Formats: sequence, structure tokens, C-alpha cells
Amino acid sequence: MSSFWSLWIWVLTIPVLVLCLVLIMWNLKNYVGVPEDETTDHEVDGLKEFNNPLPKWWTYMFLATLVWSVFYLAAYPGLGNYKGFLGWTSSNQGIKSLEESRQAVLQAQAEGRNVQLDMEVAKADEVYGPVFQQFAQRDVLDLAYDPEALKIGQRLFLQNCALCHGSDGRGQRGFPNLTDNDWLYGGTADKIKETLLHGRKAAMPGWEAALGDQGIKEMTAYVLQLSGRAVNEKDAEAGKAKFGMCAACHGVDGRGSVAHNLPFGAPNLTDNIWLYGGSSATIEETLRLGRYGVMPAFKTTLGEDKVHILTAYVYRLSNPEDLR
Amino acid sequence: MSQTKPLNVEYNYSVVRLFAITTVLWGIVGMVVGVLLAAQLYWPALNFDTPWLTYSRLRPLHTNAVIFAFGTSALFATCYYVVQRTCQVRLFAEKLAMFTFWGWQAVIVAAAITLPMGISQSKEYAELEWPIDILITVVWVSFAIVFFGTLAKRKTSHIYVANWFYGGFIITVAALHIVNSMVIPLNLVKSYSIYAGAVDAMVQWWYGHNAVGFLLTAGFLGMMYYFVPKQSGRPVYSYRLSIVHFWALIALYIWAGPHHLHYTALPDWTQSLGMVMSVILFVPSWGGMINGIMTLSGAWHKLKTDPILRFLIVSLSFYGMSTFEGPMMAIKSVNALSHYTDWTIGHVHSGALGWVAMISIGAMYHLIPTVFNKAGMYSVKLVNTHFWLHTIGVVLYIVAMWISGIMQGMMWRAVNTDGTLTYSFVQSLEASMPFYLMRFIGGVFVVTGMLIMAYNVYKTVSSKHPAAQPAVATA
Repeated sequence: MSSFWSLWIWVLTIPVLVLCLVLIMWNLKNYVGVPEDETTDHEVDGLKEFNNPLPKWWTYMFLATLVWSVFYLAAYPGLGNYKGFLGWTSSNQGIKSLEESRQAVLQAQAEGRNVQLDMEVAKADEVYGPVFQQFAQRDVLDLAYDPEALKIGQRLFLQNCALCHGSDGRGQRGFPNLTDNDWLYGGTADKIKETLLHGRKAAMPGWEAALGDQGIKEMTAYVLQLSGRAVNEKDAEAGKAKFGMCAACHGVDGRGSVAHNLPFGAPNLTDNIWLYGGSSATIEETLRLGRYGVMPAFKTTLGEDKVHILTAYVYRLSNPEDLR
Repeated sequence: MSQTKPLNVEYNYSVVRLFAITTVLWGIVGMVVGVLLAAQLYWPALNFDTPWLTYSRLRPLHTNAVIFAFGTSALFATCYYVVQRTCQVRLFAEKLAMFTFWGWQAVIVAAAITLPMGISQSKEYAELEWPIDILITVVWVSFAIVFFGTLAKRKTSHIYVANWFYGGFIITVAALHIVNSMVIPLNLVKSYSIYAGAVDAMVQWWYGHNAVGFLLTAGFLGMMYYFVPKQSGRPVYSYRLSIVHFWALIALYIWAGPHHLHYTALPDWTQSLGMVMSVILFVPSWGGMINGIMTLSGAWHKLKTDPILRFLIVSLSFYGMSTFEGPMMAIKSVNALSHYTDWTIGHVHSGALGWVAMISIGAMYHLIPTVFNKAGMYSVKLVNTHFWLHTIGVVLYIVAMWISGIMQGMMWRAVNTDGTLTYSFVQSLEASMPFYLMRFIGGVFVVTGMLIMAYNVYKTVSSKHPAAQPAVATA
């Protein structure tokens, strides 16, 4: 803030506080011209006003809040550029990256400033960090059958994942079911952790222009047939002939990218499990317009230790029995 | 009693009558929508999958209807009534006064059409789009001309305290409305604010909190300073107290907006200043309550027999309660618990239903017989029934919101030994459901009271027994 605006804030604030004080002091005296238990001389429409003094307790309370306000504005940032003698701020401001944020924390520490957010984060790390570190050192498969770890994992899941995947992890339209062992990027502990840490982006292109109306109709029939649904054989046959353009991601047999060890997140089309819905109208829409799926990365928001426990919880969702 | 003898002034009550009737009418409409919303929170299916019946569209309709249709009609009615009687002259520019009535009704109707259609500026309490905003400005400036014109031609030397508050409220609301509604229109029904980011948020809450401070507080304090001494037949408690609390209230309220934006992107200094001024504001607010309630000293027994006075005095108790609660909630560490919870909703309604609605209802029961030239309300018993229904309804409402609000705040901040949150959001919502039902029941009580009022007003207005003496002489 420029010093002009800083001064402007002083110029507006201080007179308001002074005005309050002056108002009280002025009205403590009886200047009305009539004794204190009588009414004033202005009377209208039958309305009169007593000239009673200000209630004492109320006056003291007013003065007390004014005194307090002076102390508060001396201690905390409030008057423009003045920082307050406690050196307190709520958070570091003007941060544009994680790196800048880390530097700001260190700088505030070095300067001995009290940054509320930094202090709270440090306190939380100190108290809760060891809890997560303990679990982070153990194997995911081990944690997946540890009731304590699962409890923490479930809470993390409910607060970070349930919004899209549902509180039972069974997903919803566009967000995969995590309990059915049908994986888009792989269901090993390592793959799940990779997904959680770095997120995923999946793109299915739209084929409306390339296939045309008839082509879309035929491909829809073939895709449905892959999952064993009864369709117009002739259409499906024609669709199959063009499936080569889909095979790059979904595999020649349509069994999806995981079955072929590909990193595209292209779903298995043969298992009758549908990410966006399996009606012929929905599949047609998918084929025409394409789909775009995003799973956010949690590496920086949750940190690796928490992601480790979360991995165990997600793994357990589709592996209820300990087969080790 | 030099100035209380009947003067040869025929006051203009026609515009007062119109605003008094619409106060009751819009009060019922606004509160019925509120009860529907309360029901939707408990039975979500009540939006019937109809876009214009969804919570998001009806909520601004409810707030606009109760604040600007019900509350502001009551302010117009009482302001025109009080300014004439305390200046002992007829209204200045009477045709303009009549224009403010029809203009304001046009604003209300436009709001009732556009808000359910989803046309909104998305600023709380300032949702109406720019063409309606312009109409509001025109009506408001006309209101100011009528009010200050009347004040200027007064036959009394002194300006009565009620008029200080009415005057302050009219000027400030004009400034707030114009500054916050500055937009760049895209077309007739869509515009963009000229402010961006945190500045936009700050301007909005500078407006928002002072809509509370000047419209819903200063305006209604003006009402209080006329109807409480009038109905009780007692002099105002302290003239000097009214001076201190008027100027302090006016000077401090305008700063309080940032407490709506604690723990947001608003700079620390703004949050601190907002909090400091909000806390000091508690004292002048109570100055108004003391001056109102103490006016009754020496006449407490009247509360036993006069339900109208009961409305007025209980409204002041709610005023005192919510102006204590507000500054407490403006303290950052309290706000950390209360922010975004139902506690805020409870606080608003203890002010809106307890203070604003009760003082307005009391004032209407006082002035309606006078302006319609009747001996009194058709049934004092029904006024009493209304009083109890309203009071029970408000208490049910705010107690429900206190419990659910504080519970939500506690649930949201509860952490396990590992630092993870104990409850997911939906768990706090589930826990709130019984209190949503309780709030709905409270709302039904309040609306039932309003319907009884409507019946009572209808019977009064249509009665064939005129007042025994000319209206101007009633004291």
C-alpha cells in the first residue's frame, strides 16, 4: 500500500475514535439548560424527552472499548502500513508458487515474525507428523489390513476423495468405482499411489467428424457387442471393421489399456462396466463428442505420508481379503 | 402541553395507508417464502424439480421480500407518518410521495419476477439487476426529497430524534446502493461489477453490513423513537444519550463490513479495523436499547394490558440481544467458530424477526387505526395472540439455529489424534436436520401470527366505527 493510502486510513480511523471520546465527554456535562430529572423544553406531538444523565455503567463500558481499541490497533496490523508491535500476520501474502511459499516461511522465521498459518502448520506437523511417518515406513499391503491405518485412511478418503468417488468409494458417472477391481491405470499398490500422488488426465477424442452419423451408429453397435449385448449384427460387423482407430488405446480386443500395459487410462470395453453409462445413447454421445477425465494430484496438498496411508485404504476397497 | 393541542394541520395519510397495508401484505409473502425454504432444507423434494422453485432462486426472493418489501414498506409508512407529526406540517411534494409508493411497488414486482427466473447480480441483498437498480435510485432520491423537504418546512424549531435516524438512514442507503451497484451492463438482464476480486467482496460487504446498519437498524431506531414513547405515553429516557448513541452509531457502523470477510483474502489490516469498530459499536447500539426500554420506567404496568407496547419492548430486547451477539461474532476467534454456520442465520433472524419485524408490527398496530380514522384495532385480543405466536416462533427459530450453528462449528473443527477431521461435512448436515425441522415450526408460528394480523387489519380498516375525535388530536 502506498504511504498516501496508509495515511488516508489513519486520517479516517483516528478521528472516529476521538469523536466517540469527545461525544461522551461532552454529554457527561448537563448543557441542556434544565435540571437532570426534568424534560427538555422541546416537545412535539406529545413527545417529551427527559434530560437524564448517561448511565454510568454504559459510559464506562464505552470508554473501556475505546481503550481496548487503541491497544488492539497498536498490537495488530490495522492502521494502514503499520504492522503492529506483535509482528502478527495471518499468512504470507503475494505467494505465487510452492517454492515462494516455502521461502516465505523460512524468511518469516528468520525475522521472528508471527505468521499465524505458518505457526499452525508447524504445530500440526510437530504433533501429527510422527503419526503419519510411522505408518509411512510400513508397506502398503501391510497397512491395508491394519485397522488403525484404515481408520485414518477412511477419514482422509471421506474428506478428500468422497466428493467425486462417493463415501463408499463406488464412484458415480464420470468417476470410477474403486471397489470393483476394474482399473483404468492399474490396481497394484504402486499404481494406485502413483495415481494419487500425480493425478491423471484421460482424453477420449470425439469421432463425430471422422465417422459420420452412420459410422457412429455402427461403432456404437460394435462397442455394445463387445460387452455381450444383443445388437444389429450388420452394424456391429461394420463397426468392427473400423475399430482399428480405437485399438490404439483400447487394444485390438477392446480390453482396455491396462490389459495391454499401456498408460492411457482407456477403459476395458468388454466387461459391461461403464464410466459414463452403458446405454446406447450414452455410448453414442461418448463416441461423438469424446470425454475428458481429470483426477487431481495430491502430492503437494496431502503430502506423501498421507497419500501412502490413503493408498492402503483405496487398495483395500477392492481387495477385502488378505491373500498374502 | 403547548404544542400538543390539535393544530389545524391535515396530515397526508393516504400514502401512509398504502404503505401500511403493503407492509402486512409483503410481510406475509416474504415470510411464506421463508417457511417454504425452511421446509426445503428439511424435505428437499419440495422444490418439485422446478428451476424457479429451487432454494438458490427463492432464497434471494425471501431476503429481498422481507427486507425491501416488508421492512422498507414499514419504514416508508412510519417515516411519512412520523415526519409529518413531528414537524407538524403536511408532506412536502405529495405527488412525489405517491410516486415513491408506486415506484417501490414496481421494484418489488420486478424483483418477484426476475429473481425466480434466475436473473441476479449475485451480490447478497443486492441481487437485482441494473435496470431495477436505477429505478430504486430514482425512488430513493424522491424519498429523500419528500423527507428532507418536509423537514425543511417544519413548524417546530427542534428536529425530533426519530428524524435524525430516518435522515441518516435515507442518505446512507442511497450512497451504499449507488456505490455497490456500479456495474457494466452486458444486456438488459446481465451486468458485471466494476470492482474485482477482494475489492468487490469488500464493497459488497460494506454495502451488506450497512444495509443492516442503516436500513435495518437506524431506520427502525427512528421508528422506535416515535412509537415507544407514544404508545407508552412516557418521555424518552435521555436526550443526551440519544445524541451520543446516534452520532457514535452513524460513525462506527460504516466500518463494520469487513467482519463478514474474516479469514478470507481480505488484507489483515482491513479485518482488524472491521473487528475493532464492530466491537466498539456494541456500546452505542445498546444506547438505543437503553433509551427505548428505560422510557418505560414508571409505566411498566402497561405491559400487562397493552400487547402493542409488548411488541415494541420485546423488539428492543431482541435488538439488545442481537447487537451484543453481533459484535461478539465479529471477534475473529469467535468468528472462527461461527463463520459459515447456522449461527449466522440465527443471528440475522433474531435481528430480523425479533427486532425489525416486531417493532414494525407494533408500529403498524399503533398507526393503522389512526391513519384509517378508527377508534382502535378491531381486536386487541388478536394482537395479543399475534404477539405470543410471533415470540414463540422467533425463540424456536433462533434457539434451533444457535444449537445447530455451534454444533456445526464444533464438528467442522473437531480433529482426531492423527489430525484428520473427525466428521465429514455431510455428517454435520445430518446432525443439523432436527434443528431444521424446529426452525420450520418456528417459521410456521410467525406466519400464522402474520395471517392473524392481516385478518385483524382487514376488520379494522373495514369497520364502520370511526374514531371519536379527529385523527390529528389522538395522543
